[in-house]
Amino acid sequence: MFSRWPHLGFNGLKEAFASARAEGRAVFMPFLTAGLPSIETSVDRFVAMAAAGADAFEVGIPYADPLMDGPTIQKASELARERGMTMSLGIDLVRSVASETDKPVIVMTYVNPVLSMGIDHFMGSVATAGAAGVIIADLPFEESAPFSAAAAGHDIGLALFVAPTTPEQRVREIAASNPAFIYGVAEMGVTGERADAGHHIDALIRLVRSISQVPIVLGVGISTPDQAAEAAKLADGVIVGSAIVRIVLEQPDDLEALTTTVSSLAAAVHG
Amino acid sequence: MTVSLPDRRGRYGEFGGRFAPETLMPALLELESVFEEAWGDEAFVGEYHRILADFVGRPTPIYEASNLSKELGVRLLLKREDLNHTGAHKINNTIGHGLLAKRMGKPRIIAETGAGQHGVASATAAALLGLECEVFMGVKDIERQALNVYRMELLGTRVVPVSSGAGTLKDAVSEAMRSWVSTVNTTHYMIGSVVGPHPFPLIVREFQKVIGEELLSQMGEERPDVVVACVGGGSNAMGVFYPLIDSGIELIGVEAGGLGTETLAHGASLSLGRPGVLHGSMTYMLQDEEGQVREAHSISAGLDYPGVGPEHAYFKDKGLVRYETATDAEALDAFAWLSRKEGIIPALESAHALAWIRREAASLAGKTVVLNLSGRGDKDVQQVAALGV
Ligand SMILES: Cc1ncc(COP(=O)(O)O)c(C=O)c1O
Repeated sequence: MFSRWPHLGFNGLKEAFASARAEGRAVFMPFLTAGLPSIETSVDRFVAMAAAGADAFEVGIPYADPLMDGPTIQKASELARERGMTMSLGIDLVRSVASETDKPVIVMTYVNPVLSMGIDHFMGSVATAGAAGVIIADLPFEESAPFSAAAAGHDIGLALFVAPTTPEQRVREIAASNPAFIYGVAEMGVTGERADAGHHIDALIRLVRSISQVPIVLGVGISTPDQAAEAAKLADGVIVGSAIVRIVLEQPDDLEALTTTVSSLAAAVHG
Repeated sequence: MTVSLPDRRGRYGEFGGRFAPETLMPALLELESVFEEAWGDEAFVGEYHRILADFVGRPTPIYEASNLSKELGVRLLLKREDLNHTGAHKINNTIGHGLLAKRMGKPRIIAETGAGQHGVASATAAALLGLECEVFMGVKDIERQALNVYRMELLGTRVVPVSSGAGTLKDAVSEAMRSWVSTVNTTHYMIGSVVGPHPFPLIVREFQKVIGEELLSQMGEERPDVVVACVGGGSNAMGVFYPLIDSGIELIGVEAGGLGTETLAHGASLSLGRPGVLHGSMTYMLQDEEGQVREAHSISAGLDYPGVGPEHAYFKDKGLVRYETATDAEALDAFAWLSRKEGIIPALESAHALAWIRREAASLAGKTVVLNLSGRGDKDVQQVAALGV
C-alpha cells in the first residue's frame, strides 16, 4: 500500500520537514474538521487546498467535548457529528485525502475516542490509512508514553506539545524524549482567531532548536497571512485551523473562497 | 488508611491522572506542590478551620429524623450539610481553594456550576477573601436554578452562560477549563467536585473530608451501620466516605437514575458507564461505542453529569463502596416526604440518597443509617413548583 504512494506516512512528513528546512521555508498545514461541508465532499476541500499550496494536512476527527477548541471548531465538530461523521468514516477520509493529494496527513483527535478504540488499534488503523502522524489535544507529556509507543510501533509520529506556559526545564525534558514532532501552542488559550499575533512562545521554540533536531509546528491563534508569515520564520510548520474552518462553515459551497484564503496563507508561510 | 492514594502520577489504581492540555500542565504541577505545602502548614490549616467554624458554621449537626425513622423502621440520622452557610457542602471546598488562590498570589478565580450551589459557594468565598470571580453555568441550569444566579450576582460574581452541548454541568466544566487555558497565569480554577485532572480530585477530597471526620467524632464510640450519600461528581460522598473507607461501615453512593436506568436519560456514570477520559481524568463515564461523551440527564442539575470523580471509580472496582441509583420520580417523592415529615426541604440532589433509603427500608430494618444531607432545597422550590408537586 505504501509503495503506491511513496510520500505517505511518517516518512512523507519527515521528508516534507527536511526539504523545507533545506530550502529555508516552512510547511503549511491547514486544518479542517472531517465531514465538512459534508461527509461526501470533505475530501474535495482537501484536494482544493493541496492545489492551492498546502503541503500537509491536519484532519480533525470531531469530538463531543473538544476542550482545546474555541467556538468555531466546536461548531464544526458539532455539525460534522450531526452529519454523521464517525471515527471510521474519519479514517476513511484520511485514506482518501492521503491517496488523492499525495501529501502527509496528520490526524487530530482527543484522548477518549482513541482509548475507546484501543490505542494500538487506533494507531494501526490510521497508519494503514496512510496517516503520517497523530495530534491528541488533551494528551500531555506525562500521559503520553503508551500512545507514543503504539504510534512508533506502527511507524507514525505522535506530537508532543510545548505551550507559552511550559517552563524551560520541562521544554528540555519534552525535547529530550525525542517526539516525532513538537506542536508549539502559539497563543495562550484554545483554538480560534486572534487579532494580535503574539510571540509568546518564540523563546521556547529557539530553545528547542538549540537542543534538538525535532521538527516544530506552530498552531493555535494563527489565522492571518501576517501571523502565518511570522510563525513560519520560527517553525518548521504552521497550522491554521479556525480561519479555514470558518470559511467552510460560512461559505460551504464556495470552493474559491477557500482556495483564495489557502493560497494567501500558503504564500505567506512559504515566504 | 491502608492505602495512600493518589500516587505521584495522580492515579487511583488505573483511574485519575492528568489528561490536560499542555498550557495547563505547569499550573497543575504548581498547584500540586502549593497544595502539599499548604496542607502541611499549620497556619493554613488553622485558618481554613477557623473560617469553617466562624463563617460557615461548622461543625454541622447530626439530627435524628425520628418521624422518618418510625415510618421506615430504621434509625435515620441526617448529617446536616444543608445547614452550612450558603446551604450545601460546597463551601467547605471553596474556602480552601480561595485560601490556595491567595497563597499562589492569583487575584482571580473561575468556577463552573450546575445546581448553582458551587457557584454561590465560590462567589461567597471570593467576596470573603477579596478575589475576583467568574462562574460558568449552562443555559439550561441558569433557567432551572434562577435563584442561585441572582445570589451569585448579588455576591459580586459574573455569571457566564454556556450554551454549548446540552447547556448543563459538563458544558460548564469544559468552558471553565477553556477559559482557564487563556487566563491561567492570573487565575485559579476553583473546581466544584472531586473531578478534573490531578491534583483536583485530591484537593477537593481533602477539603471535604471534614464531613466524615466530624461524623466520626460526633458519634463517639458508636458507629452507624450504613452511610448513604448522593453522587454527582462525588464530592459530598467522598467527603463523608473517605474517613470511613476502612471502617467496615457499609457505604452507599446514589447516582441519578433520571428517567430510569433502562433508558439513556440518567446520570449513572458508575453504574452504567465505562472507563474513559473526561475533563482530564480517567474515570467511569457515559459514552457511546466510539468514545463520544454522552449527555447525562437528571432532574437535579448537580447530578446531571456524565462523569464522576476517579477515586469513586477506584472505590467501585475495589468493592469499597456500593453505587446505586434513584430516579427523578423517586427523588421528587423523597423531596416532598422529608419536607412534610421533618420540616427539612432537601436539595433534589440529596433527595436521591433519601429515596434509595426509602426504597431499601426493608433490608435496612433495625439498622442505624446516616444520610449525608448535602444541601437544602430552597434553590429547587421554584423548579419543583413548576412541576406541580
Ligand atoms: C446540594 C448538592 N448535593 C450534591 C451535589 C452533587 O455534587 P457532588 O457529587 O460533588 O457532591 C450538588 C452539586 O451541585 C449539590 O448542590
